[in-house]
Amino acid sequence: MSVEERRIVTRRLHERPEDSWTIDGALASGAYRVWREVLRTGDPAAVQEQVRLSGLRGRGGAGFPTAQKWSFLPEGRYPRYLVVNGDEGEPSTFKDRMLVERDPHQLVEGIAIASYAIGCNLAFVYLRGEFALGYERLTQAIADARSHGFLGRDVLGSGFDLDVVVHRGAGAYICGEETALIESLEGERGMPRIRPPFPAVEGLYAKPTVVNNVETLSTLPHIVEMGGEEYAKLGVNRSTGTRIFSVSGHVKRPGNYEVELGVTFRDLVFGLAGGIRDDRAVKFFIPGGASSQWLTGSDEHLDAPLDMDFVQQTYGVMLGSGAVMVFDDTTDPLLVAWRLAKFFAHESCGKCTPCREGTGWIEKVLYRMAHGMGRPEDLDLLFDVGDNISPGVVNAPFTQTTICPLGPSVVSSIASLHRYFRDEVQARVGVSA
Amino acid sequence: MSFFTDANLARAREIVARYPSPKSAILPLAHLAQDQHGWLSPEAMEQIAELTGVTPAQVFGTCSFYTMFKLRPCGRLVVSVCTNVSCLVTGGPEILDHLERRYALDPDVTVEEVECIAACGGAPAMQVNYEFHERLTPELAEDVVDAYKRGALAPRTVSGARAGGAA
Ligand SMILES: Cc1cc2nc3c(=O)[nH]c(=O)nc-3n(C[C@H](O)[C@H](O)[C@H](O)COP(=O)(O)O)c2cc1C
Ligand code: SF4
Ligand code: FES
Repeated sequence: MSVEERRIVTRRLHERPEDSWTIDGALASGAYRVWREVLRTGDPAAVQEQVRLSGLRGRGGAGFPTAQKWSFLPEGRYPRYLVVNGDEGEPSTFKDRMLVERDPHQLVEGIAIASYAIGCNLAFVYLRGEFALGYERLTQAIADARSHGFLGRDVLGSGFDLDVVVHRGAGAYICGEETALIESLEGERGMPRIRPPFPAVEGLYAKPTVVNNVETLSTLPHIVEMGGEEYAKLGVNRSTGTRIFSVSGHVKRPGNYEVELGVTFRDLVFGLAGGIRDDRAVKFFIPGGASSQWLTGSDEHLDAPLDMDFVQQTYGVMLGSGAVMVFDDTTDPLLVAWRLAKFFAHESCGKCTPCREGTGWIEKVLYRMAHGMGRPEDLDLLFDVGDNISPGVVNAPFTQTTICPLGPSVVSSIASLHRYFRDEVQARVGVSA
Repeated sequence: MSFFTDANLARAREIVARYPSPKSAILPLAHLAQDQHGWLSPEAMEQIAELTGVTPAQVFGTCSFYTMFKLRPCGRLVVSVCTNVSCLVTGGPEILDHLERRYALDPDVTVEEVECIAACGGAPAMQVNYEFHERLTPELAEDVVDAYKRGALAPRTVSGARAGGAA
């Protein structure tokens, strides 16, 4: 358990805690060097190639290969937009807020590099509305980058124009979903769109659009600097590079830790986060944000590697947004499941009936189960409602009757309760094992 | 009658001009309106409609979707207490309960329960007018709110701008 952080994306903010977000602090630690070099070389395709070689996969949740997403843009159609997803609402995820507040210039540099690579002259950052300090620092960073010639018309004499607009959300988790985000950016209620068409073909203002996460873009300067092949040497299998994991709950040192992919959950929870408060045992943990299924405190689960495909294929869980919520042996799994259901019920946009109605029903049933009013038939009832949202339930969230994956996410907890805590849950509702 | 002050009207026009479509400015203008007025009034929505080329009903339709927009007057301090799971297991609900009781009759303070505010590393956490406060207990949380009430801490606006700051 002597794992150490591998700080790439979090290097500057750790090295310069006093001024990492200012233009002077950022420039003193190498900001915009890569951007300058990219413009000097003048070859967007070369940037795309480095990103492809790096194996970079999106850090927003779905883990989709970034270069491949860019390649879906239809040739010759302009304007096209880059939209940065800074909505960070997945419960227990807090890495993007840190990156925006403490290293906004790294993000701006990443936006610039991505925009250049895909041929975009106007980029938008959709920033979660509640991030007031992040908004201030990012708008200041953009203004300073502009006055230093890193953004604006004819950037550094290259002939390339780029502007970046920061757009604040206003409190709606669903706006993190990329098509809802686009709706919201267009001034609508944040409701997901039916795909196809995909944003790459018809996104913001019906123009070709790439949506990328804050951490994904913040990684780009480093990939270009190191070279894609070097970056791909970090990590494991198809999970290349480093990722920031937000560790929270009953750990002694909650926080964001950037590690090379392939280290284990145990390294994160017991190594970096210091283990469990009062030295208790882990009862269960949720590995990839509230939408993921759960894992338990068993040695097998704690020793699983942080490898997106391995945990998906072996345990049906996801690394998702990189949030690891840890619960000790005093925790009531029904209470956690209820609170997560309450979250999804509150955040359902209401467009699909199975999600709008089902999340509410599931919340009510879990509430009574968690509060001593459960009935013997309740677990079956949960499965029945869950089956309407995500047929098969235990395979959730990979089947769905809904437009977006929010609805199926509520089913993850039910499947996990069933898999790991069935006896405990049944005893609570008066069914003997 | 203009809802926006002259200075904010100029700012509003500048915001509209940032976007390829004026309608995109609805959310930023609603924030600006709250910065000015403390909540999102019908008069504000009428002028936002005018500035963005839609009907007031469309502005209302959009804005009523988002929890940060207060469609009725609220306290000058909005206290947002997180009770999502990382805060749930570290004492968030107790803080919410305490503050709700403590400020139930205080017109200055609106206490609300919110979902994860991305401060779980410092759970339990809350925001006061979108300023973060972490590692709280019910007593510490009350001290924070009182510090704002007394003026020992300078609050942001109810949409989170620093007094005099830009939307
Ligand atoms: C309900 C829901 C909420 C989401 N919230 C976020 C979010 O807050 N931030 C984010 O980057 N991606 C979020 N996503 C994923 C985005 O839809 C999208 O896949 C991502 O921003 C793409 O960026 P990436 O390829 O760089 O990961 C969410 C997805 C869903 C279904
Ligand atoms: S699944 Fe839920 S959140 Fe997603 S579009 Fe349907 S109703 Fe909206
Ligand atoms: S769960 Fe409370 S801040 Fe994230």
